Amino acid sequence: MKNWTCWALAAPATIAVVVFLVIPVASTILTTFGDPKGVFAPYIAFYNSGFRRTVLYRTLEIALITTAISLVLGFLAAWIVANAPGRIKSILIIAAVFPLLTGVVIRSFAWMIILGKNGILNSFLLWTGAITEPLSMLYTEGAVIVAMVYLFTPLMILTLVGVLEGIPQDLVQASMSLGAGPAATFRQVIFPLAVPGLIVGAVLVFTGSFTSYATPQILGGEQQMMMGTFLYQRAMVTFDWVGASTIPAVMIVGTFAVVLVMSRIAQRLNPMAVS
Amino acid sequence: MSGRIHPALVVFGAIVFIFLVAPLFIIVGASVSDTPYLAFPPRGLTLQWFWNIFAIEAFRSTAITSLQLAVLGTSLSLIIGIPAAYALNRYRVELPKWLSTVYVLPILVPEIVFGFSLMKSVSVGLGTPIFLSLLIGHALLVLPYSVRVVSASLASFDFSVEEAAISLGCPPLKTFFTVLLPNIRSGVIAAFILAFITSVNDVSISVFLTGPGISTLPIQILAYMQQFFDPTIASVSVLLMIVTVAVMGVVEATLGLTFLAK
Repeated sequence: MKNWTCWALAAPATIAVVVFLVIPVASTILTTFGDPKGVFAPYIAFYNSGFRRTVLYRTLEIALITTAISLVLGFLAAWIVANAPGRIKSILIIAAVFPLLTGVVIRSFAWMIILGKNGILNSFLLWTGAITEPLSMLYTEGAVIVAMVYLFTPLMILTLVGVLEGIPQDLVQASMSLGAGPAATFRQVIFPLAVPGLIVGAVLVFTGSFTSYATPQILGGEQQMMMGTFLYQRAMVTFDWVGASTIPAVMIVGTFAVVLVMSRIAQRLNPMAVS
Repeated sequence: MSGRIHPALVVFGAIVFIFLVAPLFIIVGASVSDTPYLAFPPRGLTLQWFWNIFAIEAFRSTAITSLQLAVLGTSLSLIIGIPAAYALNRYRVELPKWLSTVYVLPILVPEIVFGFSLMKSVSVGLGTPIFLSLLIGHALLVLPYSVRVVSASLASFDFSVEEAAISLGCPPLKTFFTVLLPNIRSGVIAAFILAFITSVNDVSISVFLTGPGISTLPIQILAYMQQFFDPTIASVSVLLMIVTVAVMGVVEATLGLTFLAK
């Protein structure tokens, strides 16, 4: 009787996820293996096509650079937040949460105003005399990276604030009183304890930027096509659904591979990790 | 943690936070510029771009669609998500461990992959109407928030209170509404707000599911942005940011903002 009740309660949500998510995604990936030329033929074709390989490498590159930059910026900002006195701390947290609640489209759009031909950056550079003609900064890899760093740094900050606040003050004091300077304390006590948080943040940022659609669409355009925009173009512009289906598979495999590597690195870096 | 921070670090941190906040102010500035193109600092002040939003029918209709999707999708996700969260907490022993992972799949699977697959299998495969496909997509997209956030508040709920009500003769459904729900109210509100915002801002799923006549606001903004370069989008963005500020104010007043930082 009990057993029946608990499954009845869990059933609607479980069935919804299975029917509308698990089965559709599985079928997308399974269709790619039905090629008469061989099981992996679509993937070999994917890799052999120079254009697709460029898109894959570009996406990997942008996602990795974005992750690296937001790790550094997010860690420093989180450090400030964790050490700030009460009132300032809540203002800083609001400053990090607010962009997260604002839509991706709006936040990417802000960079169109900043980087555009009549944008604030060009106006500034013209005013200083550093350039005589406005630069075209939109639709470059740099534009996509800047916007993505902007998009994901708040996520990194919020992930790390909790981790940094959780580091026991005793450990820091013990390290200092035993003669380790601030730099050594940071390197040998604080940083290793923050590693799990850094990994969670890095995984979130990497997967988010590796599979993003709106930002590369707005700031990269056709010139800087990434996996997300490429999938959209294949599926909705050229209607090549079978060819398009290899992209989600590559995305999922790529994401899992990088997440796996990152958690391996975490285990190496973190001496306190149990497993 | 507390302690002295090096001044150079404070300066650097300030720069990071300016980097986070300044672009939003730039949008506000650009929205009132009277130039026919996007410009910052604004050349002259005007509110014409705000009127322009209301003059464009597509913005009105897509805003309504977005609102309907967010309200209906979030409600649906709560209707199926609350019982699931309840089952996960109440019957921890009876239910398999992997079940809680099932409910976070919509966040784990890349959104764009989910959108594409849903388009292929459901809107084309089953021929569901556009609005229904969008609704299914949005309800599932926000399901993880419903289950996780409600679960978190159920974790601190003492189930013996509920058993007391039942053993004193209160019917199960009445127990749910009079005993359980008031105890997890803040969790449900938090889940609703997070889910609502996620739904309203969604692009990657909607972009595959919208069709002739039915679109959502972010998709309409995206489409407009690629054709026109006037400040209309900046003023739409400002309106949406005002809504976000209002939501944050409500959250702050009822629950405190710290829960969002978790």
